Amino acid sequence: METRLEAFREKIGERRPLCIRGGGSKDFHGGPQQGEVLDTTGYAGIIDYTPSELVLTARCGTPLAEINSALAARRQMLAFEPPAFSEAATIGGVVAAGLAGPRRGTAGGVRDHLLGVRLMDGEGRVLNFGGQVMKNVAGFDVSRLMAGSLGTLGLMLEVSLKVLPMPRCEATLRFELPQARAIEAVNHWAGEPLPISASCWRDGVLHLRLSGAEAAVAAACAKLGGEKTGADEAANFWADLGAQRMAFFAGDAPLWRVSVPSATPVLDLPGPTLIEWGGALRWLRCEADRALIESRSGAAAAVALFRGGDRQVGVFPRPAPAVQTIFRRLKTVFDPHGLFNRGRLFPDF
Amino acid sequence: MTTSASVIDPAEDFPMADRTALLAALARLVPPTALLTTEDELRPYECDALMAYRRLPLAVVLAEDEAQVVAVLRLCHRLGVPVVARGAGTGLSAGALPHAHGIVLSLARMQRMLHLDPLSRLAVIEPGMRNLAISEAAAAHGLYYAPDPSSQIACSIGGNVAENSGGVHCLKYGLTVHNVLALRVVLMDGEIIELGGMAPDAPGSELLALMIGSEGLLGVVTRVTVRLLPKPRTARVILAGFADIARAGEAVAAVIAAGLIPAGLELMDQAATRAVEPFVGAGYDLEAAAILLAEADGTAEEVEEEIAAMRAILERHGATSLRVSTSEAERLKFWAGRKAAFPAAGRISPDYYCMDGTIPRRHLGRMLNAIAAMEKKYGLGCLNVFHAGDGNLHPLILYDANVPGELERTEAFGAEILRRSIELGGTITGEHGVGFEKLGSMCEQFSSDELQIFHAIKRAFDPAGLLNPGKAVPTLHRCAELGRMHVHRGQLPHPELERF
Repeated sequence: METRLEAFREKIGERRPLCIRGGGSKDFHGGPQQGEVLDTTGYAGIIDYTPSELVLTARCGTPLAEINSALAARRQMLAFEPPAFSEAATIGGVVAAGLAGPRRGTAGGVRDHLLGVRLMDGEGRVLNFGGQVMKNVAGFDVSRLMAGSLGTLGLMLEVSLKVLPMPRCEATLRFELPQARAIEAVNHWAGEPLPISASCWRDGVLHLRLSGAEAAVAAACAKLGGEKTGADEAANFWADLGAQRMAFFAGDAPLWRVSVPSATPVLDLPGPTLIEWGGALRWLRCEADRALIESRSGAAAAVALFRGGDRQVGVFPRPAPAVQTIFRRLKTVFDPHGLFNRGRLFPDF
Repeated sequence: MTTSASVIDPAEDFPMADRTALLAALARLVPPTALLTTEDELRPYECDALMAYRRLPLAVVLAEDEAQVVAVLRLCHRLGVPVVARGAGTGLSAGALPHAHGIVLSLARMQRMLHLDPLSRLAVIEPGMRNLAISEAAAAHGLYYAPDPSSQIACSIGGNVAENSGGVHCLKYGLTVHNVLALRVVLMDGEIIELGGMAPDAPGSELLALMIGSEGLLGVVTRVTVRLLPKPRTARVILAGFADIARAGEAVAAVIAAGLIPAGLELMDQAATRAVEPFVGAGYDLEAAAILLAEADGTAEEVEEEIAAMRAILERHGATSLRVSTSEAERLKFWAGRKAAFPAAGRISPDYYCMDGTIPRRHLGRMLNAIAAMEKKYGLGCLNVFHAGDGNLHPLILYDANVPGELERTEAFGAEILRRSIELGGTITGEHGVGFEKLGSMCEQFSSDELQIFHAIKRAFDPAGLLNPGKAVPTLHRCAELGRMHVHRGQLPHPELERF
């Protein structure tokens, strides 16, 4: 591992643009890659995992599948259910992309579970931020800044993540509901102490996953009604949703990821819609341009082009100018020579 | 706690402004009732809840709205006057200690709830609103704000954001950072930025975590959007005694390993139970070397299931006594002892000093043995209360400031506990913040490269360095003066031999 680390440092020392890349499972996401590939897949392995501490530390190139199976062996999980778009996905890529799966609405996102990072900055220095403990307020929270930064701020060498027990019991309910009523229902239920862990509406059907103590899941099923989905079918359904293997995600039409306040009414836009996270995430297959989608999604929405379409003009919503200034200054702090993942987050960043 | 206080680093100093001109200019920006200038008026602002450090500011502004915050910051930016933002002043690390050449900007009067949306389960509030008042306002809708620091009756949401406050329920419900959706922040030059929003991935969300816990160094928060949760229907707590504190630690690990996430999980050692019991009559087992409080919340069915599961594990792991609360009154009584730990320390000793290290839970036994040895070494007693679920330890060192030398021994004792926390793979502060108090220990936790990154982040938000200068991040100069060495990842400090 030391020689690999030295190789990273040498590469960075050449001061040429680099494209930090793990398994490449999310190459389609973010702005187009630029620069020479810096492959992290060899820098792999779980470094520390003590189940009773609820923390796992791994090198960036560790396959997500390896981490998931190590956790599953102890009946634990990454509660943010990171999507794996192929077997090649690495934990470094998971954190850099900052994408969370169906449980995001209730369990939080990548940032919420990130406890620490070991980073190589644009000067080749190795830096540690955060740590392996749940509560830590020493120094600015640099580690959480890395979630979703798409590798623009540095090479994440190791990450420490909070893990959680798998739910003891799970059930999935199915309700036939038009979109507007489904949005209303999931928001209403989320305000009650029910063990809801995921929701998905598509084509007139709302799927609701309940996770928790056996008694709590049973009581919620009795209260909510609906039609119970078989356990295997349900497991496949949520896995297919996370990995985007459903028919909705197939084909070439641009896939937009619109995050909104959860109770936002039905968006008046053409094309099919799929809704997750209790109403807060609206997937759209839509040929309309960004301006139209933004204007119809409301001022509080965040519109990102997830897959397909024209990636050259930027895929993520631009922050306000004053926030961009801070972003730029932070970029200079970590990557003074502008080497890492140019254009991945914003075209000129 | 005076040794580090006496060190004033040139980089944290600012030339004295013309006080008369400053006060006149402030008087043009805010009404007379919002400006405090006499010594009598300033005295209550000389310290926060860590009263060992005190300084008088040039003035205190009690801002009434965001426009005043903007105007005051612009003025101070132009004049080069340091600004220390302050909420309720309940902080425990002297983070709100005034700068002798600066002003205190109090947000305590900005305490309105601007918006409450029960369907989307969020609230938009001003920074001075008290933590508990948020839950009280949301209660009518069956909702509450989850983070519950022990000072929640008094502490403000703005202060919670500055410190990333936790509470006894944060293992299950998270810290401030997990429950804040958006912030509106005024930068030192008066510019307003919005970070995050009501949508989960709103622009600027990336910077939210950086702002939360930044101890007033990056900006002044004027609006906070928080997530509200449905209030659990019911809660019950187990009170278990153990003959050996290490066994209690093992029982905690077993509960977690069994897949349970209790709503609260707290340990107290015998010194702590014996201090609080005469004070509150919580019914603790005083023969036990340690007591454990384990709470389950949720629906009645859920609580019964979890209590039964935890009970079985604790009994299997050597609990010598075990009671389960049978009423809300009894539950509160069991908790009363834990919540009275700090006042009880103040009752049995003229002074006490609360530490806040976090360690990986598995090292609890080692840490407590180390603290016991330090009690002998320094000739001072110590009570231990422990957020066992998340590894956050609060040793309360008992001392008498009027006995010459005790304060210095206490400070050395505390610094050694924090050094041990770093060596065990933990951190010097779990929830109280670095403030002014723990600057020296920061030199041990972070390398000079890492500290330089922190300073550069500070400059990205506040290039003039006027917001709460001299807090949270020590200058390299200070670290050199103190001779404190960076303890790298629990190893002995050999900076030339980094472990890869």
